[in-house]
Amino acid sequence: MTIAEAAAILNCKTVCGADKMDRPLSSACGADLMSDVLAFVKENCLLLTGMVNAHVVRTAEMLDVPCIVFVRGKVPTQDMIELAEQTGVTLLTCEYTLYEACGRLYQNGLPPCR
Amino acid sequence: MRAAVSERSSSLQISAMPDGFKENFTIAAGDFASAGEASARIKSILRMIGIDPAIIRRVSIATYEAELNMIIHSFGGEMTLSIDSDAIYIDCVDTGPGIEDIEMAMKEGFSTASPDIQMMGFGAGMGLPNIKKNSDEMQIRSNPGGTHLHLKFYIT
Repeated sequence: MTIAEAAAILNCKTVCGADKMDRPLSSACGADLMSDVLAFVKENCLLLTGMVNAHVVRTAEMLDVPCIVFVRGKVPTQDMIELAEQTGVTLLTCEYTLYEACGRLYQNGLPPCR
Repeated sequence: MRAAVSERSSSLQISAMPDGFKENFTIAAGDFASAGEASARIKSILRMIGIDPAIIRRVSIATYEAELNMIIHSFGGEMTLSIDSDAIYIDCVDTGPGIEDIEMAMKEGFSTASPDIQMMGFGAGMGLPNIKKNSDEMQIRSNPGGTHLHLKFYIT
């Protein structure tokens, strides 16, 4: 699945990184706890979160996470967008809850991070 | 630099530096806004010299965890990146207050971080175990005067 395909499944709005939507995703994970994300997320994993602060983008950068989806209509702040643009992380938003967003991607064949 | 380094040209050529490469980063206590800047800089240096991306990823995770630890728990200090032909080394040296019980700190889920830190998504007690998991060698010495975390990542 590519970022573009995941975005279509979740009816996402693209905040930044629209030119990098063809990158492949190998898995996804839903988490607000960045400590957990740092401990188990693999590369090319899509991160879904309800946590909105610059550390989420920084965490994605460190882990080579190509894309973050902010759930429940949460909107990233300007400093997050700037950091994401600098580091090449695509930021998306969707209206679904974390549970439903993860469920829809799982149903469409995107596996969990193991 | 042997197998782990690609042929790609770069502004940093470690093989041309007999003493290797070294850079220091100052980490200020409580400076959450800057958290990750040193780790991001280290990541870009490792990319520039063509280190294997899988190794860069492990170094990045470990340095980011270590940088967060210094910001959250220490009075501040220095993080040093050193590279020679065999390995990447990260040294984190702070000025206190030390880790009271290293054995407990190494346990997953044990945390002394404040609720404020946990509200930001950190301080879950995964830091030191995750640093150990991602490094090839880890040594930690601590007393009330400061902590020295030494990490080694093989590149050959």
